[in-house]
Amino acid sequence: MSEKVLMKGNEAIAEAAIRSGCKLFFGYPITPQTEVSAYMSKRMPQVDGLYLQAESEVAAINMVYGAAATGARAMTSSSSPGISLKQEGLSYIAGADLPCVIINIVRGGPGLGGIQPAQSDYFQATKGGGHGDYNLVVLAPSTIQECVDLTYKAFDIADQYRVPVMIMGDGMLGQMMEPVSFPAHDDSVTFDKSWACNTTGMKRKKNIVNSLYINPDELENLVWERQKRYDLITEKETRAESFFCEDADIVLVAYGTIARVAMNAVKKARAMGIKAGLIRPITLWPFPEQEIANVAKTAKSFLSVEMSTGQMVYDVKLAVNGKCPVEFYGRTGGVVPVPQEILDKIVEMSKKL
Amino acid sequence: MSIVFEKPHALSDVGFHYCPGCTHGIVHRLVAEVLDELKLEGEAVGIASVGCSVFSYNYFECDMVQAAHGRAPAVATGVKRANPDKVVFTYQGDGDLLAIGTAETIHAATRGENITVVFINNCIYGMTGGQMAPTSLVGQVTQTTPYGRKTETQGWPINGCELVSQLEGTALAQRVAVNNVKNIREAKAAIKKAFTYQTEKKGFTFVEVLSTCPTNWGLSPQESLKWMEENMMPQYPLGVYKDKGAKGDE
Repeated sequence: MSEKVLMKGNEAIAEAAIRSGCKLFFGYPITPQTEVSAYMSKRMPQVDGLYLQAESEVAAINMVYGAAATGARAMTSSSSPGISLKQEGLSYIAGADLPCVIINIVRGGPGLGGIQPAQSDYFQATKGGGHGDYNLVVLAPSTIQECVDLTYKAFDIADQYRVPVMIMGDGMLGQMMEPVSFPAHDDSVTFDKSWACNTTGMKRKKNIVNSLYINPDELENLVWERQKRYDLITEKETRAESFFCEDADIVLVAYGTIARVAMNAVKKARAMGIKAGLIRPITLWPFPEQEIANVAKTAKSFLSVEMSTGQMVYDVKLAVNGKCPVEFYGRTGGVVPVPQEILDKIVEMSKKL
Repeated sequence: MSIVFEKPHALSDVGFHYCPGCTHGIVHRLVAEVLDELKLEGEAVGIASVGCSVFSYNYFECDMVQAAHGRAPAVATGVKRANPDKVVFTYQGDGDLLAIGTAETIHAATRGENITVVFINNCIYGMTGGQMAPTSLVGQVTQTTPYGRKTETQGWPINGCELVSQLEGTALAQRVAVNNVKNIREAKAAIKKAFTYQTEKKGFTFVEVLSTCPTNWGLSPQESLKWMEENMMPQYPLGVYKDKGAKGDE
């Protein structure tokens, strides 16, 4: 299907997952991502796959753990409060080196928060979230088409490196409709699943999927081995897009929904004669540190724009590494900034140059 | 020379970490014998839980998945739904199954999930050193009920078989004990029935095994068996609570 269809982000992600070979989906209702479950419950039976509504987000992520342990492509989706409940499972999945995909359609927090779009779970997504030394690969689409493309990518990254991959959108991306096309999925690539617990058939030694290692040296070795895989992911999979950065004095950094609003502000600033640029991280972990560091050699200041009280700004500061000032502009609690607010901030910063 | 007795093939050739007199070893053996007799070792995936039996992934020869505390029935659901024609079992203790994992247990049962749950009830958290379990008896002294379990503050013990037998998805709920030869034989028959029902896709199968914890009860292995008979059995009567395969119980 290469023609364009009009779809909600949540539904597009679900369809893309099915086309990526996801055979099992375990869900639990929570706004604003419930359409992923609803779509899966309709489509999975048509493609000989499984949709199962779990008794909780905790159960859903543990069902993903079980399904992934057999080598199958499995997925769950939720929104902020539900993702908090999944942290235990995510830590175990990372510790047991299981590939899977988790959709997080972020809403305002903390607590029950609200149901409008937010980016206030950046820390949770990119700094571990659960206990222990681990990372999720975090992909941040900014259009519905990119929701599709990154879902395809997410399953491959998960299988290639045996890691859980999170697609982090927000309520806007989940609910918004845009025309999308579903490119043919490349099914020719296969991944090693010799570790999977799908029964021995009395033909091989047993496999164990586990994250418990009582001997500290053994645990340390395994954690460092995983860290090497993370280094490889950082080297091979880091992605970002940049616009007008070559001669930019003021460089905005923004991801997801707000990157589109920021782009609008950058264009308006350019029209006013202010040399503004934009870096849009596509992978939030690994963070596009090098891309930002390169631009920091010539830029005069940076502005991190987020739908939070300022979380990614710390990673921007680490990447800029003191080469120039890094400022922040954000709205939170489900409020999406309009271009004018961001433009006002750019103008204010331009006066300091 | 003919071999008259040997280790079940489905039981790994490694030493157990269990304390002297603990009945986990007996139950492991029974599960392994059943896997052998039904020729299921190569068709099975076992789920190890958190607690004393956490290392059961080292003791069974089938593929083993270790689950987070209380989540074994959810993990088993994931394994089973990905492989509907394979055999999936969990091996869980009382804290795992009836405290932190109550929701997962109840919902796996009510979904009629085609899995077998082997539930070890010894009225105590063993691995962490003897704290009150959801199944601890009224008045029972543990590390966290030093004055005995009081109903005013800690409520009453929870009965697993009675609970899951209320749910339509449960095909078998049976309570057995491993305190003497007769009961051990009955325990094995119950486990075998549970696995058989699973292969027949009858639904959720649940075998509760009354077990001992001499270390944390502060009793000798022999005194422990007596304590089980005198104190646990009145609260947890042995018997079949539900059997969808039995005549008149369908």
